[in-house]
Amino acid sequence: MENSRQKNATTPLIILQPSKGWLSINFKELWLYRELIYFLTWRDIKVRYKQAILGVAWAIIQPLLTMVVFTVIFGNLLRTPSQDIPYPLFSLTALLPWQLFSTALQRSSVSLVGNANLITKIYFPRLVIPISSVMAALVDFGISFIVLLGVMTYYHYWPGWNMLWLIPLIVLALLTALAIGLWLSALNVQYRDVQHMVPFLIQILMYASPIVYPINTIPAGIWRSLYGLNPIVGIIQGFRWALVGGNPPDVTMAFSVGMVLILLVGGLFYFRRMEKTFADIV
Amino acid sequence: MSDIAIRVENLSKQYRIGLAQNRPDTLRDVLVNGFHRLQNKLGGNGEVYEDSPSHIWALKDISFNVQSGQVLGIVGRNGAGKSTLLKILSRVTNPTEGYGEIHGRVGSLLEVGTGFHSELSGRENIYLNGAILGMRREEIDRKFDEIVAFSEVDKFIDTPVKRYSSGMYLRLAFAVAAHLEPEILVVDEVLAVGDAEFQRKCLGKMNDVAQEGRTVLFVSHNMSAILRLTQEAIVLDQGRIVMRAPTPEAVDYYLNLGLSKQGERHWLPEEVDKAVEPFHPISLRILNSKGKIVDTVNASEGFSIEMEYRLSDAITGLRVGLYLMTTRGEYIFTTFDTDDPSLYEKISVRPAGHYVSRCEIPPDLLNEGRFILGVNASTYRIRRYFQDDKALTFTVDATGAPGMQWPEKRLGPVRPKLDWEIKAAE
Repeated sequence: MENSRQKNATTPLIILQPSKGWLSINFKELWLYRELIYFLTWRDIKVRYKQAILGVAWAIIQPLLTMVVFTVIFGNLLRTPSQDIPYPLFSLTALLPWQLFSTALQRSSVSLVGNANLITKIYFPRLVIPISSVMAALVDFGISFIVLLGVMTYYHYWPGWNMLWLIPLIVLALLTALAIGLWLSALNVQYRDVQHMVPFLIQILMYASPIVYPINTIPAGIWRSLYGLNPIVGIIQGFRWALVGGNPPDVTMAFSVGMVLILLVGGLFYFRRMEKTFADIV
Repeated sequence: MSDIAIRVENLSKQYRIGLAQNRPDTLRDVLVNGFHRLQNKLGGNGEVYEDSPSHIWALKDISFNVQSGQVLGIVGRNGAGKSTLLKILSRVTNPTEGYGEIHGRVGSLLEVGTGFHSELSGRENIYLNGAILGMRREEIDRKFDEIVAFSEVDKFIDTPVKRYSSGMYLRLAFAVAAHLEPEILVVDEVLAVGDAEFQRKCLGKMNDVAQEGRTVLFVSHNMSAILRLTQEAIVLDQGRIVMRAPTPEAVDYYLNLGLSKQGERHWLPEEVDKAVEPFHPISLRILNSKGKIVDTVNASEGFSIEMEYRLSDAITGLRVGLYLMTTRGEYIFTTFDTDDPSLYEKISVRPAGHYVSRCEIPPDLLNEGRFILGVNASTYRIRRYFQDDKALTFTVDATGAPGMQWPEKRLGPVRPKLDWEIKAAE
């Protein structure tokens, strides 16, 4: 008796039927599974550092070493202009959002295949998996950010109110990684070529972003606009400006945001369409 | 009162066979195939690239209802479609055709320990696995102590599970799953793993779940578990429902329709040592009371064991024997075809020819479980011609055995029906 009363109040109705083409995205269901996103993110972070001797220190060493290499090669040897910002700081302010983006992209693109055991055994919105692997990259970023603050202090740069712009910029970087990650992770379920392609894609994108050089190296006008189609460009430029000044975000930012939105909406629909087949072909 | 929990109509699922080999796995294959097709279209060299992989229906036109609070068993051979059905019901995969409705939250246990990570501790895995199975964090917090107590790993709860013994690992994994509280529980063969003690515990827990009035779909190869836990069962064969009936009837149907294809052992001439001469074993089989070759016999019905052999020469004083053992290797009995002294007198010399020695096993002798049958042919104190200690295994099912009103496992390999008398003492 008690059971049936309780049931009527909350009983959801689940319909089983063949998958139709382009399904709408069930954000409500995704919200119900938010704790799973949290636990999977937490697992990714925990497992990643569990058996490394240096553990979380890797999140400090990686950007720091890259900064040193870039400073020696591009700053000292090639004398790349850095808009009067000390080169180490110039590259580190770009490396941070870049590593946030590239780690998130890398992890999310292989996430579905890496969690095949879950996908074939349990139902949950499959979007949970790429989302949680993107979120896991945020923790590394948080740690590296402390390094950045240290380097800024060393060069006597004090962050101002502009720093608040970092929040939307970080969200944008995560959304960009998720947008591309959705496409790649769904493709990777069927074509494992994707996981071999991702490192190249990341490398190409890195050279196509203003990390080692300032954005005004690219001639303004049509070229700059095309360049802005790489969604990372606006994010990196914004990051650098918010922390240490330099070129403020301009129209390239709008291009970046537009591009991310297109990729994200497309990625969500593509992912939804393919998700019904994951369990059968992964 | 009897609202419907699950209703499915004409559910079908099609798979491509050899999916792993045939699908275009890499972009290169897609490109190559596309190129070949183009070549053919342009009237190439006439070579045809057949691009239609064969499909099979893992499930075909499945329709049934499950009342809320009912415990329904699903039986069938490997490949009959049981797991596919459970996967569709738990929404892991979608049907190719058909329609279904599920009224309530579904908890599915298609495997124990899904998502367990070996680097994480027992505590961490409880939270992770709980979340994967659909539990809320506060729900896990609330049940944490209960889960740990059930799993009996309290001392190692902060040790990474990779250091656990397989028994501890299973207990912990099952403990988390057993504390799920969905309206509908879908369980696949979870009880087939682990030792006897673990299985007993799982079965007990499943029994509790069934008693609580939740809807349960239960798939197992273990007929005694099906009989204990369910009142009604579906028999699946080749993707179709061939029967739905009260469990004892459905199990009987499943066992007797020859769906189990063992119960017989053949010896090929080349696999037998030449030294057996003149005794040549041919086959050993288990027959149920209706004379069908079966892998599973019913404890409450008698069955017979037949040993077929050929003698290429006469043997004096031959005795053909059977040993019955438990799967742990304990002997239950030994019997010879010429145990009866008068029979032994009568055929003291067995001439060359083709023979069958048949032994009748009476009803209500063996307990449920798996048994091993050994054979031996010898002349006492003269020579042993042939021996095979593990010639055949078979299962005894407890349906109709004495004491089935208590769903517990009985100790001991035999379960005789004995006369009891209860009277008031003076």
